[in-house]
Amino acid sequence: MQVFPSHTHRNSISSNDAVSLPTISLYRSAPSLEVRLEEFESFAIDRLRVLKGVSDGLSRGKKPEEMPTLVKDLWKANMRHQHASEVLNKDIISHFVLRLVYCRTEELRKWFLSMESTLFRYRFREQSVEAQRAIMEEFDLPYKATSNVEYESVKEKLVQVARSLGQNSSTVDAIYYKVPFEEVPELVAGRKVFLNQGWAYVAMNQVVSLLATLFRSQLSKALILTNRKWTSSIREKEKHRLAPIVEALSSSYLGPDYSQPREYGEISLKDIDQVAKSSFPLCMRHLFEKLREDHHLKHGGRMQLGLFLKGVGLNLDDALAFWRSEFSKKVGLEKFEKEYAYNVRHSYGKEGKRTDYTPYSCQKIISLTPGAGDQHGCPYRHFSEENLRASLSRMGVNSRAMEDVMNKVRNRHYQLACTLTFEAIHGMQCDAGINHPNQYFSDSQKIFQQKKDSSA
Amino acid sequence: MAGEDEMVIDGYQGTDTTTLPDQEFNSNYLKLYYGKLFPHSDLFKWMSYGNDGKHPGCDLSYLSRREFSYTLDNDIYVRFQSFHNASELENSIKDKCPFKIDIGPVYSVDPSKRHAYAQSGDNVFTPVERELIFDIDISDYDDVRYCCSGADVCLNCWPLMTIAIKVIHTALRDDFGFKHILWVFSGRRGVHCWVCDGKARKLTNEQRSSIADYFRVYKGNENSYKKVSLTGHVLHPFLAGAYSDVLKEFFETKLLTSQNLLSSEERFEKILEMIPDQSATAELRGKWQENRRSSKDDINVVRWEQLKQLLQSGKYKSQRLHRCVEEIVFSFTYPRLDMEVSKHMNHLLKAPFCVHPKTGRVCVPIDPNHCEEFDPTIVPTLSQLLEELNREGYTADVDGEWNKTSLGSAIRLFRSLFLQPLLEACKKEIETSYNAKLKQSKDLHSW
Repeated sequence: MQVFPSHTHRNSISSNDAVSLPTISLYRSAPSLEVRLEEFESFAIDRLRVLKGVSDGLSRGKKPEEMPTLVKDLWKANMRHQHASEVLNKDIISHFVLRLVYCRTEELRKWFLSMESTLFRYRFREQSVEAQRAIMEEFDLPYKATSNVEYESVKEKLVQVARSLGQNSSTVDAIYYKVPFEEVPELVAGRKVFLNQGWAYVAMNQVVSLLATLFRSQLSKALILTNRKWTSSIREKEKHRLAPIVEALSSSYLGPDYSQPREYGEISLKDIDQVAKSSFPLCMRHLFEKLREDHHLKHGGRMQLGLFLKGVGLNLDDALAFWRSEFSKKVGLEKFEKEYAYNVRHSYGKEGKRTDYTPYSCQKIISLTPGAGDQHGCPYRHFSEENLRASLSRMGVNSRAMEDVMNKVRNRHYQLACTLTFEAIHGMQCDAGINHPNQYFSDSQKIFQQKKDSSA
Repeated sequence: MAGEDEMVIDGYQGTDTTTLPDQEFNSNYLKLYYGKLFPHSDLFKWMSYGNDGKHPGCDLSYLSRREFSYTLDNDIYVRFQSFHNASELENSIKDKCPFKIDIGPVYSVDPSKRHAYAQSGDNVFTPVERELIFDIDISDYDDVRYCCSGADVCLNCWPLMTIAIKVIHTALRDDFGFKHILWVFSGRRGVHCWVCDGKARKLTNEQRSSIADYFRVYKGNENSYKKVSLTGHVLHPFLAGAYSDVLKEFFETKLLTSQNLLSSEERFEKILEMIPDQSATAELRGKWQENRRSSKDDINVVRWEQLKQLLQSGKYKSQRLHRCVEEIVFSFTYPRLDMEVSKHMNHLLKAPFCVHPKTGRVCVPIDPNHCEEFDPTIVPTLSQLLEELNREGYTADVDGEWNKTSLGSAIRLFRSLFLQPLLEACKKEIETSYNAKLKQSKDLHSW
C-alpha cells in the first residue's frame, strides 16, 4: 500500500476508484486524498470513540433494539465534519488509519473486525431502501431471489420459521434469497432461516446479515494484507512519523489485559482463601468455592479461574500446588499429575504453543455457554434468579442493593449488575464500571489498601 | 514382534495390571490387535481423501499435513505425529502400539516440522481443514437418567444416544446437505460423529460454531433450573421435525417407563418444577400423591397422559403451558452436544477402531439408519476378538484376519456405508478441480 510516502508531510492516498455511494462506504480501496498528519490522528480518534462506544454498549448488554439509537448517536457525536463534503472522506480516512492501527495482532484484528462489522450493520439499516439496493449491487451478490415456483414449494416452512421468530405470518416476506448456509452463520446459529440441503432461505429483511458477513470477511482479508505490508515495509519507513501514532492509538484505548499482575505483585497460597472472600468477583468466588467443595472443576471452570488467579499474581508453582491439593482429593495425585498439571503449565505458557494466555474479560465470560455440569460463565447471566440471590446474600449484599442488582440483571446489564455488587460490598463508588474480573480484584484490593493506610 | 508366531494367547500372563479389571485390555493384546486386526489401510484411505497419487490432480502432501496423536502406556501423550504414506502410518501404529489414537486437523504444513516454520514469525502453522465433528457423551445426561450415572451406560439409557444420532444425522443430511457422515461408538459412554464432505472439512470456526448453535436448545448448567427454552409461536421446522419424528415417540414409548420418570414423588416433582403455573402443578400433585392405581397401565404413562391432558386442555389458555409439554420432552431427550469439540478446527477426536482402555471395546461404526439396533453391551471386546482369532487358527485370508472375527461386520459396514461412497466423491472432486485448472491454464495460453 503506497498510502503514506514518508518524504512529504502531507500524505497522499492514491487510488483511482471513485466512491460511488454518498452515505456509506464498503472501504474497498483507499481514496485519492491528501491527509494532514493532524487529521490522520484526530479522525482516527473520533472513529475509535465510536467503535469503543459500540463495544461498551455490547458488553453492557445493550439489547439489539437499543443498538440502532446508540450507533446513530455515537456516529453523530463523533463523525461530523464542519464541511459536509468532507464527511464521507472522514469516514473513509479514519477507517483506513484504524486498519493500520488494528492490523497488527490477532487480538486487535478480532476486536476491530467485530466492531466495524457491527457498525456497518446498523448503519446499513439506517439507509433508505434505494441506498440499500445500491449497496447490495456494489457487493455484487451472486444470488438471485427465489422464483415463484420455488417459493411456493417451501412457503409453508418459511412461514413456520417466521412464526418461530415471533413474526406475524401475514407479514412474512415474499422475497427470499437462496444462499449457501456457510454465508449466513449468524442466521444459522439463531435458527432464523429455513435450511434445506445446505441452502439457507434468507428473507429480504435478513439480507443485512448476509452483507455484514461479506463485509466482515472482506475486511478480515484486507487486515491480513495490511498487516503484511505493515511488518514488511510501512513500520520501518514510518518509524519516526506514523508508527508512533499508530502504536499509541491501539494501546491507549483497549485498557490493560491483565496478562501480568501489575500493581500488587504476587499473592501467596496462605492468603488465597481470605482474598477470595474479600476481593473476588462473584464469578470467580463461585468457582473457587465449588472447587473447594467438589475438589473438581470442568475444563471451562479451570480455564476461567486458573487464568484469573494467574492475573491476580499466583505464580506457577503455587498454582500447581493449589490445583493439586484440590484435585488430588477427588481424582488422586497420580491422575492429577498426568491429566491436569499439563493444562496448568500450559495456561502459564510453559507447554505446547507457549502462549502466555490472558485472563478472560467480562465480555468473554458473558459470551461463554456453560453446559451440563459446568460452573463457569457470568453468574449474573447464567444463574437462575434464585441461585443468584442466594449467592449475592452470601457475599453480603443487602436487600435494597439486591433489588438494584436484580433489576440490572433483568435488563441484561450484567456488568452493571456486577458493578453494583462491587459498590454494595465495598461501600464505595466504582465509576469506571467493571469490565474485567481482574480489574474488580485490583480495584477491591486498592480500596482495602487505602482503608488500611488511613487507619494506620 | 512378540507373539507373532505363537498365536495361542490363553496362557498369557499379563505384566501390566494398571488397566486390567477384567482382562479385557492389555498392551500385549493390543500388539496382536494392531498386528492382525486393525484396518490400517482403511484408515489410510479415509485420511487421504482420494489423494493417493493415482490422479495428476492429487495433493501428495495432504496426508502428511494431518496430525495424529498417540496416548501411550502410562498416559504419555504424543502430539503432532504425521505420516507420508500407508506403510509409515501402519508401521508406526504397530511399533508404538498406542492405547489411543487421536485424529487432529490438517495443517498448512507438516505438523511434525512445525518448529522449522515457527521461526519465520508469520503464523504459517495453522489448521486448514478438519472434519466437522460431534461428541455426545452420556455422562452429560445424568440429570435425566436414573439407571446409571457417570461413565456407566445400560440398555435403559442408551436410547438417549440413539435419539441423538437420529436427530443430528437427519439434520446434517437434510438441512445442511452433508452426505458423508460417519457415526462411531466411542467405546464406553457415547458416540462420535465425523462429517467428511469436502465442504464440511473446509468450514471456518465461525461456521462450525453456527452449526453447533443451530443444534443447541439445551441451555442448562448446574445453576439454573430451566434446561430448555423454546420460544416463539411455533417451533423452527428442524425442532418441530425432531420432536414429532423422534423425541416424542422415544420419550413416550421408551424413556418414560424405562427411566420411571414419574413413578416417585422426588421424580415427578422434578418435572412439576418445569411447569410455570402454580395451580396446574398443585392439581397434578394432588392427583399423584393419592397414588391410587386406577388401571393396570404403567404409572408413568398414566401420569404423563394426565399431565398432557391438563396442560393442553382448554382450561389453560397460556401458550407457555402448551409449550411446556414440549419443553419437558426436549429436556429429557434432546441431544446434548459437547459444543467446544464442534466449534474449533483444532480439537482432537479418537480414531474409529481404537480399543477403549477401560472397557476393552472396539470403537466400531454405527449405521445411523439402523441405530436403534445398536447394542453397546455386545460390541466386540479385545479379548473376545483374540479368542476368536485363536479358535479359527492361522490361515491366510486375502482381506485380512479380521474377516473371521466379529470385527468383520464392523469393517464391512465402515467400507460400504462410508468409505466407498466417500472415496468416489473425492475422486470426482479431484477430477473436477483438476479439469477446471487445466481449462484455466489453457485459456490463459490461448489468450
